[in-house]
Amino acid sequence: MYSKEILDRFKNPKNVGEIKSPDAYGKVGNIACGDIMELFIKIDAGKITDIKFKTFGCAAAIASTDVLCDVVKGKTVDEALKVSKKDILAVMGDVPPVKVHCSVLATEALQEALKKYQSKQSTGSK
Amino acid sequence: MKVYLDNAATTRVAQEVVEAIEPFNSQKYGNASSLHSFGQDAKEALENARKLLAKRINAEPDEIVFTSGGSEANNLAIRGMAQINGFGHIITSKIEHPAVLQTCKDLEKQGFEVTYVGVDAQGRVDLKSLESSIKDHTFLVSIMHVNNEVGVIQNIAEIGKVCSDRKVVFHTDAVQSFTKIPIDVKNMNIGLASFSAHKLHGQKGIGMLYVRKGIKLKNQITGGEQEFKIRAGTENVAGVVGFAKASEILTQEDITRMSNLKKHLRQELLNISDTKINGPDDGLCNILNVSFRYIEGESILLRLDAEGVAVSTGSACSSANLAPSHVLIAMGLEHEAAHGSIRFSLSKYTTKEEINYTVKCARTVVIELRKISPLTPRGDKNV
Ligand SMILES: Cc1ncc(COP(=O)(O)O)c(C=O)c1O
Ligand code: FES
Repeated sequence: MYSKEILDRFKNPKNVGEIKSPDAYGKVGNIACGDIMELFIKIDAGKITDIKFKTFGCAAAIASTDVLCDVVKGKTVDEALKVSKKDILAVMGDVPPVKVHCSVLATEALQEALKKYQSKQSTGSK
Repeated sequence: MKVYLDNAATTRVAQEVVEAIEPFNSQKYGNASSLHSFGQDAKEALENARKLLAKRINAEPDEIVFTSGGSEANNLAIRGMAQINGFGHIITSKIEHPAVLQTCKDLEKQGFEVTYVGVDAQGRVDLKSLESSIKDHTFLVSIMHVNNEVGVIQNIAEIGKVCSDRKVVFHTDAVQSFTKIPIDVKNMNIGLASFSAHKLHGQKGIGMLYVRKGIKLKNQITGGEQEFKIRAGTENVAGVVGFAKASEILTQEDITRMSNLKKHLRQELLNISDTKINGPDDGLCNILNVSFRYIEGESILLRLDAEGVAVSTGSACSSANLAPSHVLIAMGLEHEAAHGSIRFSLSKYTTKEEINYTVKCARTVVIELRKISPLTPRGDKNV
């Protein structure tokens, strides 16, 4: 049912964990089945230098959050904000239709985290 | 190590069954309706199997209708009764197999009235509410003997008695219990009962419906006059012969051994923190349903599979409609607990080594997944 890419990611995610006092933090829940994702992001000079995640959910949910972390690491905040659901799905390979909803959830957590970060920056209250 | 603990889904076909079936594919392959010797050999085998299976449930041979499995038997029982009655009321439970539930839902759309009685936290149907649901126009009560997800056993003798007193036909789905718990259709006042071979080391695609003499059913598959004109189609002689053989292979020792292994598995899994058993302690000898908190069942299943251990889950994530197990929800479980539910189901071939290996893998998998989960409390000892 899952591609090898998803299964490998799921079995050996590289970016699991938390970052103490992250510069950006996002958390989303999915009402469809009840999964939850958390992202912890370290930002230095406008660049994402580190990103870690925690996910409660299925293999696709765990694998896709890990993919997202890899995809945005090293990008500037502006670049990262442009990462779309399609970009994540492209790395994931064949995602079963019923699993698309949770495979794209991580991008929502990222958007939330980075937008909050930007508004804090603009009000200078970092 | 490869460990198959999904025997409530289906089982390995026993070697005895493979051997019993073989001649009916290679030599005695006649059509049981044919008059020549090929046909008559097949017919004889078919009728011997029918006698043997009838005896196992204390029925008469002409009360046994072979079907393509448990789903068809349930459909034939419920639709067959409904179509003969034309209108009226059916009582079933909230924890039935989809082959019963979806059939009842379909009949509701056709104008029949259906009551879905609830269950307690252990999954037991409340007899009082069942009895008080019976109306003048109730023509059928359908309650499963053993639930396939949590293994809870219903008191079908009591339900049969209530139905008999109130003159309502009682149907029971005995697919999971057959050969593991004795069933006596006469003493238990059962009117209709469904069975399937592949849960007891027979083949997939063969089952039977017990139909008490005097109960009329509208046939669902029309055609030839096989199976007392209730179910058309050339008889699956090899399947039926294998089914009869399969009904003989489980011994009392097998049942005791499975119960002990299940108890051992239960005890060992409970040593993992924040773990809870779903269903009663006195459930079926081979089904154990466990919820591991903070983590999701499909993830657990796939991680266990990577270690060679095959199980199943009631998690919303693993179902096509993203809804958690209707059985666990009916028992009052919270969504999160249903999410982390795993069913381990044993067979007569399960060994102690396999159970110990499973426990070892489960512990590792649970700890690893809890490290990934945001729900795991900080400082959890098991992480
Ligand atoms: C309780 C119960 N009823 C009915 C069925 C359906 O039987 P079959 O697979 O033979 O159609 C199953 C198993 O799938 C079952 O567990
Ligand atoms: S997290 Fe529930 S389906 Fe993916």
